[in-house]
Amino acid sequence: MPKSSPQKTPMREQSPKERIHNFNEVPFGYSPEEAILEAKRCLQCKKPKCMEGCPVEIDIPKFIEQIADGNFREAVRTMKDKNSLPAICGRVCPQEEQCEKYCLLGKMGEPVAIGRLERFIADWEAEQDEIEIPEIAPPTGKKVAVVGSGPAGLTVAGDLTKLGHKVVIFEALHKPGGVLIYGIPEFRLPKAIVEREVEYIKKLSAELVLSYVVGKLKTVDELLEEFDAIFVGTGAGLPWFMFLPGENYNGIYSANEYLTRSNLMKAYLFPEYDTPIVKGKRVAVIGGGNVAMDSARTALRLGAKHSMIIYRRSKVEMPARNEEIEHAEAEGVEFHFLTNPVAYHADKNGWVREMECIRMELGEPDKSGRRRPIPIEGSNFKSPVDVVVVAIGNSPNPLIYSTTPGLEQGKHGNIVTDEATGKTSKDRVWAGGDIATGAATVILAMGAGRIAARSIHEYLQIT
Amino acid sequence: MNKILRKVTLAPEIKLFEVETPPIAEKVQPGQFVVIRTHEKGERFPLTVANVNPKNHSITLIFQEVGKSSAHLGTFKEGDEILDVVGPLGKQSEIELFGTVVCVGGGIGVAPIYPILKALKSKGNKVISIIGAKSKNLLILEEEIKVASDKLYITTDDGSYGKKGFVSNELTRLIEERIEINRVVAIGPPIMMKVVADVTRPYKIKTIVSLNSIMVDGTGMCGACRVEIGGETKFACVDGPEFDGHLVNFDLLMNRLSIYLKEEKESLDKFRSDLNKCCRSTTDNQQS
Ligand SMILES: Cc1cc2nc3c(=O)[nH]c(=O)nc-3n(C[C@H](O)[C@H](O)[C@H](O)COP(=O)(O)OP(=O)(O)OC[C@H]3O[C@@H](n4cnc5c(N)ncnc54)[C@H](O)[C@@H]3O)c2cc1C
Ligand code: FES
Repeated sequence: MPKSSPQKTPMREQSPKERIHNFNEVPFGYSPEEAILEAKRCLQCKKPKCMEGCPVEIDIPKFIEQIADGNFREAVRTMKDKNSLPAICGRVCPQEEQCEKYCLLGKMGEPVAIGRLERFIADWEAEQDEIEIPEIAPPTGKKVAVVGSGPAGLTVAGDLTKLGHKVVIFEALHKPGGVLIYGIPEFRLPKAIVEREVEYIKKLSAELVLSYVVGKLKTVDELLEEFDAIFVGTGAGLPWFMFLPGENYNGIYSANEYLTRSNLMKAYLFPEYDTPIVKGKRVAVIGGGNVAMDSARTALRLGAKHSMIIYRRSKVEMPARNEEIEHAEAEGVEFHFLTNPVAYHADKNGWVREMECIRMELGEPDKSGRRRPIPIEGSNFKSPVDVVVVAIGNSPNPLIYSTTPGLEQGKHGNIVTDEATGKTSKDRVWAGGDIATGAATVILAMGAGRIAARSIHEYLQIT
Repeated sequence: MNKILRKVTLAPEIKLFEVETPPIAEKVQPGQFVVIRTHEKGERFPLTVANVNPKNHSITLIFQEVGKSSAHLGTFKEGDEILDVVGPLGKQSEIELFGTVVCVGGGIGVAPIYPILKALKSKGNKVISIIGAKSKNLLILEEEIKVASDKLYITTDDGSYGKKGFVSNELTRLIEERIEINRVVAIGPPIMMKVVADVTRPYKIKTIVSLNSIMVDGTGMCGACRVEIGGETKFACVDGPEFDGHLVNFDLLMNRLSIYLKEEKESLDKFRSDLNKCCRSTTDNQQS
């Protein structure tokens, strides 16, 4: 056997120069040859560590071996057995914190590109003529309402319809997919992929009701009269602001608004699409997570000359995926570390024109284990800006909690659930994903959906 | 779904639609609004519900054609369906027995004040209404408001009908005549609500206003609608749309309402010119 490369098989992508002028997806994905080459790097460990890093326990060595053998159809089955949204997870999972982190190859060189292989196999399946519809159990006559169509809700819907239960998904927005559709940009997760996954769930015969705000139209209690069980997967949609002087000036957005305008409403295609967005020349994005990277890269594509990340800690503490940071750097996003805004200043018409910042230094580690940023007295400075995007985090949307008596709320506005089952404090109500954990990841939301679906199914069988 | 049962042109560029939306009609309360989208590439925009018609399972929407989206909605005919109508959103008005309530409606703001005024009246309040418009032909719902109020005063900016001047002048007059007023509800252009709040502030008359900020989702997800109330940031779509007028930062509201003026004009111009082109080509066809 020829010695395999210590590096991942590179994935071809649009050049930075070209891609900052369009919203098309950045990486092109592997060809079958590249995928096989990469799959052959896998050592097929006896005790595969990678699986320990996977929140949904995909049989990683198995699907990689199947790819190495060119047996793509089987690899799809292995994958789908545990993960119903591989095309999405392959693109957005923080693999370096999960499966790839534990890969033995990573000790000497780069780990196997598990995420890229996951993506490859999902895209390969999509290119085939028909998507396999798994066997669906005979109807049980039980009805389940799923509130929210993000990854958590879609997973529950998929799993329970397969088991023969009737599922109705209620979604507040006019398009299904949750953050996958309104938050994560096209250049990172093409919307056609999300639509494909939703179509798949619909093919399994789940019903989807859009533009339906649970709590405002029917409450959870009212739905409980019609349904045997309810899963709440309403996400962490409440954007945080810093409540700084001037934060409501024109040109200052929450990341949710900025990204929703651009992704869900397609403001980058204005005036073909009706929703406008302010296209700044000097855009400051506050924060260091995926949401911040997505916003900064969106700003470039909307024509910003300078797109700046303002982050109060240093590079190593940034919570964004490595790939997002690398892409942002390659595209020319400017990073200002150990910097935090303290106020905004506007022109006479109320448009933000200047951001006042303070420099920070790192102190002792805080609860999150990261070193705490401390402002350096007297280090204030001003910088011109015409658009600011506040991307410092989101908390769970309070709407369901506030309209549903009997739900226990956690410290961070989340709905409290039993980790092993997803059960809430309220009878016949389950919850999972960001609404239960606070803003987390797609794969954790999916995993929570899977656990809740199992528990709901058990419950439905005994009633 | 969302079928237009009835369409009435109330005034130039002001239209009334009765829209069949059974679930919303069953739930909506005075003060609440819906978010509309008229076509696949359309934007989401809020409209306050102006009436409920339980018999028809429908709600009444009244809107002025000010931008592309409302102008497009205006082209819909009876029998057409509106792509998305989401709601009811926002908090409902506080309807209690206050005593005497003055309801002030300016321009298109007369529409949302109507259900509030009816609810206040049926709670047993004495309702004095002041409605106004730029000019006589822009005054809407006069008959309905008259029937539902104990007293009605009308103003027009140009004096073409009722008293010449602003609704706030009439309110000032009532206050100066020492009529006991326990509460004021004012809905209209921000500048009108600001002036009304200024009028009642020295007399400490509780004044409720409904803020028409720019919205996207209408469910508290984006913060586009943020307003400042007593120095605190609130989301108009979930914390409002009604707030204590004495605490509202109206200047900020007006600034924020101007964010997309340029884009709105571009969009409306494009819509009008596309409309002209298409109409011209159909008439051309007919002639040939
Ligand atoms: C910009 C951005 C980038 C991200 N990047 C990554 C990434 O690269 N990798 C990663 O793993 N994670 C990423 N995340 C996080 C990830 O998207 C979320 O953790 C995940 O989507 C949570 O899934 P969910 O199903 O719990 O909720 P959501 O995806 O938030 O979906 C909730 C859905 O419920 C709907 N809803 C809310 N209230 C109601 C109601 N009352 N009635 C009906 N429907 C309602 C909402 O409209 C929404 O559609 C990112 C998040 C954002 C915002
Ligand atoms: S409109 Fe988005 S939060 Fe109010």
